[in-house]
Amino acid sequence: MARQEPKKDVVIVGLGWTGAILGMELAQEGLEVLALERGEDRDTVPDFKFPNIADELKYGVRCALVQKLSAATLTIRRTQAEVALPYRQLGSFLPGDGVGGAGTHWNGHTWRPQPEELRLRSYTIERFGRQTIPEDMLLQDYPLTYDELEPHFDRFERVAGISGQAGNLRGKIIPGGNPFEGPRSDDYCMPAMPQTYDATLFAQAAKQLGYHPFPRPGAIASKAYVNEYGMQLGPCSFCGFCERYGCYNYSKGSPHVCILDALKRKPNFSYRTKTEVLRVELAADKKTATGVTYYDHRTGEEVFQPADLVILCAYQLHNVHLLMLSGIGKPYDPVTGEGVTGRGYAYQMNGGVQLFFKDKEFNPFVGTGSNGMVIDDFGINQIDFAREGFIGGSYISTGTTNGQPIRSMPLPAGTPAWGKGWKEGIGQWYGHAMSIGSHGSCMSYKNCYMDLDPTYKDQFGRPMLRMTFNWNENDIRMTQFMRVKMEEIASQLKPDIMQSGFKKSGAMYDVRPYQTTHNVGGNIMGEDPSTSVLNRYLQTHDVHNVFVMGAGAFPQNIQYNPTGLVGGLAYWAAHALRTDYLRQPRNLA
Amino acid sequence: MKTLMRIVLALIVLAVLVIAAMLWVPVQHTPSKSLDEPEAVVTVARGEYIMRASDCLACHTTDGGRPFTGGRKIDSPFGIIYSTNITPDKETGIGTYSLDEFRAALYDGLRNDGTHLYPAMPYENYRFLSEVDVRSLYLYFMQEVPAVHNAVPQTVLVFPFNQRWGVRAWKWLALQESEFQSISFDAQINRGAYLVQGPAHCAACHSPRTALMTQKGVSEKNSAFLTGGELNGWSVPDLRSKDSVSAMWSTQQMANYLATGRNDYATSVGQMSLVVEHSLQYLTDEDNLAIAAYLTHLSASSNEGALSLQEDKTPTQTERLLTSADPSMPLGARLYLDNCGGCHFVDGRGAAEIFPALDGNTLVNADSATGLIHVILHGAELPSTTHRPARLRMQGHAWRLSDEEVAALATFVRQGWHNQATAVSANAVKLLR
Repeated sequence: MARQEPKKDVVIVGLGWTGAILGMELAQEGLEVLALERGEDRDTVPDFKFPNIADELKYGVRCALVQKLSAATLTIRRTQAEVALPYRQLGSFLPGDGVGGAGTHWNGHTWRPQPEELRLRSYTIERFGRQTIPEDMLLQDYPLTYDELEPHFDRFERVAGISGQAGNLRGKIIPGGNPFEGPRSDDYCMPAMPQTYDATLFAQAAKQLGYHPFPRPGAIASKAYVNEYGMQLGPCSFCGFCERYGCYNYSKGSPHVCILDALKRKPNFSYRTKTEVLRVELAADKKTATGVTYYDHRTGEEVFQPADLVILCAYQLHNVHLLMLSGIGKPYDPVTGEGVTGRGYAYQMNGGVQLFFKDKEFNPFVGTGSNGMVIDDFGINQIDFAREGFIGGSYISTGTTNGQPIRSMPLPAGTPAWGKGWKEGIGQWYGHAMSIGSHGSCMSYKNCYMDLDPTYKDQFGRPMLRMTFNWNENDIRMTQFMRVKMEEIASQLKPDIMQSGFKKSGAMYDVRPYQTTHNVGGNIMGEDPSTSVLNRYLQTHDVHNVFVMGAGAFPQNIQYNPTGLVGGLAYWAAHALRTDYLRQPRNLA
Repeated sequence: MKTLMRIVLALIVLAVLVIAAMLWVPVQHTPSKSLDEPEAVVTVARGEYIMRASDCLACHTTDGGRPFTGGRKIDSPFGIIYSTNITPDKETGIGTYSLDEFRAALYDGLRNDGTHLYPAMPYENYRFLSEVDVRSLYLYFMQEVPAVHNAVPQTVLVFPFNQRWGVRAWKWLALQESEFQSISFDAQINRGAYLVQGPAHCAACHSPRTALMTQKGVSEKNSAFLTGGELNGWSVPDLRSKDSVSAMWSTQQMANYLATGRNDYATSVGQMSLVVEHSLQYLTDEDNLAIAAYLTHLSASSNEGALSLQEDKTPTQTERLLTSADPSMPLGARLYLDNCGGCHFVDGRGAAEIFPALDGNTLVNADSATGLIHVILHGAELPSTTHRPARLRMQGHAWRLSDEEVAALATFVRQGWHNQATAVSANAVKLLR
């Protein structure tokens, strides 16, 4: 028999970026808000204090701030013909864990999607014709526009403390910024960070080729900054311990630094750690939720937490899993194409070129997670989909984000991996390498989806989430297009050695190497309840008092890092909740 | 011989008479002041505000205890004093106090049974409270604060300090001024002066103490008023001289510091953080600005110092040394780069409201290095306040640096950039671990 806690107005599942945002916004409405977080409580000091946090073995290699796969994981397969196996060793993606979530250990890259990306199906058909869309691609428009989201992007950027250089201010193109971005109502709240040598070289080469380099926008403070909640960031010292680490310097925008101390002051907000939500409980008619049941890891018991409003703010994988386990949305069936929950999983298509110079010295120990110069000349709104034979695009960038010795010791191919030859290689090439990377879109397909695993169960006896994902030809053609462009830029820099890494036709998804923690889709947003789980306000079509934040809402992935869109959508949903839903709870669409 | 005997006898008789007088002559209460505002403005809300301004909560509550139930340990040079329960509980609190008795506690340091309160209760300063504020405070405690039955531990000091009648003799020396006197035509400065001298009892820490531990200056009539003191071995900053923060900072910057524990140059440390957390953050912006205006007035400053502090960007010798990356640089400089430079930077200027500037920093340059050593060893935390909720923390380094290293680092910081304070010894560090 589950213990029952006193009812709350709102229960929030997961206390990362979106949990903190929704917690703050709804606490400001005077509601009793409770956040449930399965992991540990964390704060800058003592958890990220220097020099303990700069322990690459503990945090960089063994990923101490990331979800423990022994406690929670999913199964993965590439095709329906394979048997999915549990993801037992962290590799391809690193979901967060504990208060702050993945917002603790991210690099800080913060982008807005291009306006065209939010209406990609309509844009593609209008510009290039319906026949451009491959038969197995689930291309959809987002059910809202860039203009509607713009104030909410702006809000998130100001809360998270983004340093950058605007390229399009209310329609006016600003030199030095990204000329291909959507119009911004205001400049970034902090000027762009200074750049490292590799980024400067890349920008020069790109400029010579007629491209438009600009500094990467990121949640790394370039000066002392105070956000709307009175929360503070201090200028970054370029230590280079961002991704996989918490910031000891109050310089990286994260839920701790930007929201949580302000939220904790609110008497009507509370949070409980080591509480893992097992399912959303629905009323008998399945039209509303009554609360959530969670497992209290401290006392070892199941607890029912009643609430009027349930907001899933966990990582995309967990949100999708919880929806399936709670029976919200009809499960997606890849054979019939019917059902919605689990439909439209997508990832990110990246590639890179490594450059080695005998006569150039980089200081790889200097960097920030969002360091770098970028070009968006091959972004989605600059590509002729019909001519190039793919739908998508990438941004291309260079910039040292860290020089951590264990994982950041690039060597030319053929250098021995150990022993004397390896040491000689290090001696010759350490500090002489830079790389150019592409970060590209990934579309959604009929055969890329998530469901409940028929074999493997988690520690609570629930079926695990199963991911079925493989690379598709459309995205491989996209990344091969980028390869040509990037090698051209790289050649301009005249490196002594140049080596490329791009997915080739027929490439199979490999979960072992880290690629990116940009898992999206699975509970996508849309106007049509037969092809989407959420409406335009991130509210589930079927259960009106359940809202779902995060990148699970993306119908297909954008070419950028997702946090800017996730943050913008969270403020957009919070606005709808505050100004409309709370007055009259109902399906808002 | 006879003469000597007579003198000794006379002295003994005199002493007996004085002691007898102290024991049996009734204690006089300072009379109530005239109400310079109508009785109507006596409100619970005003009382609560004055309670905040007077910081009653901080001393009369234990960590995690119910508000005003007392029992907090207060370290005094004479031993531990336990604060009292000031909830309106009739047995263990102040529930039986009449308004006059309540006033006597604030003005004369008297319990309603006639016992003398130890001057850990700053009645030297509360004597300046206006009648409207006393009545409002009384109303607040009697009507708004829930009565809680909580008997606090008895304060037991060593002889002779356990003889409470001795406090009476002390009061003859300490309680000289009894009325706040306006000092300026400027209403804002007057308001600031009232808050500083009365409820906020700034002199309790920021004025020096006499040999008999009375405050050396409860108002600016005394030239030592607010010229800095000492508390638990820490130097308490001077707020009056030409090179004090009152002179260096603009009134807005001072008000920011008071309300949030941080401004463009400095962050609060030690006891001041508690004052910000429990008291000053609750004052209106106008009142914190009034305090700042009074302090500016007191230092006779035009606030030009603050400007020059920020504008001179010429790299100092210290900055050049730190950026030289010279492997043979002294231990203190190397430790600074390895432990401090990430936030306070090589120019020692830090960043506004988050990383305090060390160049010119009051704590760094204090006569006593105790505060600086304490912060290096044990870290610091800013209080969460309404305007600046972040509990920004500096980590401690006690686990990481030896006594010799902390001494070298503290000496480097005390003598780096424009700082010119004395060196720190490893022994001084050892005592604070």
